[in-house]
Amino acid sequence: MRFDLQIIASWIKPESIVLGLGCGEGELLYYLKNNKRIKETGIEIKDSKVALCIEKGLSVLQGDINSEIEDYADNSFDYCILSQTLQQVYNPESLIKEMLRVGKKVIVSFPNFAHYKIRSQLLLAGKAPVSRELPYQWYDTPNIRVLALEDFKIFSNKMGFEIHKKAAIKPGEKSSEGKIINFLPNLFATYGIYEIGK
Amino acid sequence: MEAACNHNSDSSGRDYSYGPVEKQFFSIEDKDFTLQCGEKLQSITIAYETFGTLDENKSNAVLVFHALTGDSHAAGFYKDTNEKPGWWDIVIGPGKAIDTDKYFVICSNFIGGCMGSTGPSSTIPGKKELYGMNFPVITVTDMVRCQKKLMDHLNIKQLLSVTGGSLGGMQAMEWSVRYPDMVKSVIPLATTMKHSALAIAFNEVARHAIKSDPNWNKGNYSDEKKPNVGLSVARMIGHITYLSDESMRLKFGRKLQDKKDLSFTFDSQFQVENYLKYQGEKFVDRFDANSFLYITKAADYYDLEMQHGNGSSVKAFSKAKAKFLVISFSSDWLYPTYESKAIVKALKKNRLDVSFCEIESNLGHDAFLLFNNRLNRMIKGFLATVYKGVKESKNEI
Repeated sequence: MRFDLQIIASWIKPESIVLGLGCGEGELLYYLKNNKRIKETGIEIKDSKVALCIEKGLSVLQGDINSEIEDYADNSFDYCILSQTLQQVYNPESLIKEMLRVGKKVIVSFPNFAHYKIRSQLLLAGKAPVSRELPYQWYDTPNIRVLALEDFKIFSNKMGFEIHKKAAIKPGEKSSEGKIINFLPNLFATYGIYEIGK
Repeated sequence: MEAACNHNSDSSGRDYSYGPVEKQFFSIEDKDFTLQCGEKLQSITIAYETFGTLDENKSNAVLVFHALTGDSHAAGFYKDTNEKPGWWDIVIGPGKAIDTDKYFVICSNFIGGCMGSTGPSSTIPGKKELYGMNFPVITVTDMVRCQKKLMDHLNIKQLLSVTGGSLGGMQAMEWSVRYPDMVKSVIPLATTMKHSALAIAFNEVARHAIKSDPNWNKGNYSDEKKPNVGLSVARMIGHITYLSDESMRLKFGRKLQDKKDLSFTFDSQFQVENYLKYQGEKFVDRFDANSFLYITKAADYYDLEMQHGNGSSVKAFSKAKAKFLVISFSSDWLYPTYESKAIVKALKKNRLDVSFCEIESNLGHDAFLLFNNRLNRMIKGFLATVYKGVKESKNEI
């Protein structure tokens, strides 16, 4: 499993009720179901990915995360996870509010736009950055907004949620490996993972 | 497109089939058995077929429901005939999505049908004449209550899954709220909680075609003089609703049948005209016109929200306990995806375990009956998970 997903998995308590938004092919949910006996629900927009999830025995709904989440009552889930999707969300503020409403705890991860390699592309080459984490050109990217670890901290103050846990990471050559970045994370980490609460 | 390929290698499709099956019959001899309309029938016969073996714990039974014009012959083939295998042979069989090596599958012809179960074409007990239009109006609830009697007869107290498409999906959902403690999982395909005005409209035109046929004679017709014209027109209308704009464009376009030029007559010339005509004519050999009237009426009458939730779908499904897999098809304009999404929403609001997928297909409503790898794999994975859960909970006890 991908290094960032391993970190998220390590934060989830066994037998929790988990909502995975934008769950893709269900790698994380499948791991958690089989290793931590969670009760899972996934939401994914792409039909081929939804079908793969269902085939694996996961409970997954095809739909738009922004509208599907509205059907759930307050505190329906122990965890609500948004893994590497925040940068593609049209209205992150209202989505995170909704996640904090339906989930007792919320886990969010995203690529760090203030990584030094990204900074240097903009500063030295004078071009829109393209990186391993954000591999698209300006004209074909699904990532409609980019943010830095620092931005998320400011965002948490503005929205008034608490950051319970955080991990600034840099995956290695193999995607299943990586390390935690403690020294100047906003400069050296390629991803940030946060557990937040009301 | 992955769908619609010919899955079977031989022309009859028997190679990968379940094998020979026999139609069986069960009679409901219950004097207190009242139909939803308030009437009682002296005796009700239900035709059914089974596939696979019931396991020791009786925990592997899957009840399958047919749609409007289907029958109990869901898979396999009848001995001594050259007929093609049952209507869902691509899904039910050894190693298939509903694996008969693992599960015990039951399918019955619903009440009101004309494929062995009591319906308008049955003889009134003790008399010579047929019920005809004297048959009581039947509902989806009646169909399901008869199926429950059959389960009692087979001594099956728990259903691993109930599944069907279209009108079959309505029966599946009805089971989930009527007998919630019996049903472990539900797979409603290409279905709806209630007919839209569009669906009722098409059914009414079809019924009108039958009733306008002079041979219909208010339902009193003989084998020699059946309302075949009306029934075949009804079937033609049905077929249009089962296809889609795209599938008709791909399949027929404006192609002519065995001709190069327009003939400037009113004979069937376009391929699509011939196709519908053929489907209509083929249908009258196997189907009873009065049954068609009763069954379409049952489908139009069905309203899960009204019947179980005073108009609220959320309240209606509050009785359900099962795990659901809801499937719709993108080009189905008879039961469009928004109707499946309404089911999903109601299930979600009840915090029921639900999966949903809209399968991309250009085959229209018919898609649920055609080979689709994605559909098969989802059903297979879903059932395996439910079965695993049932076995684990049995072990814990």
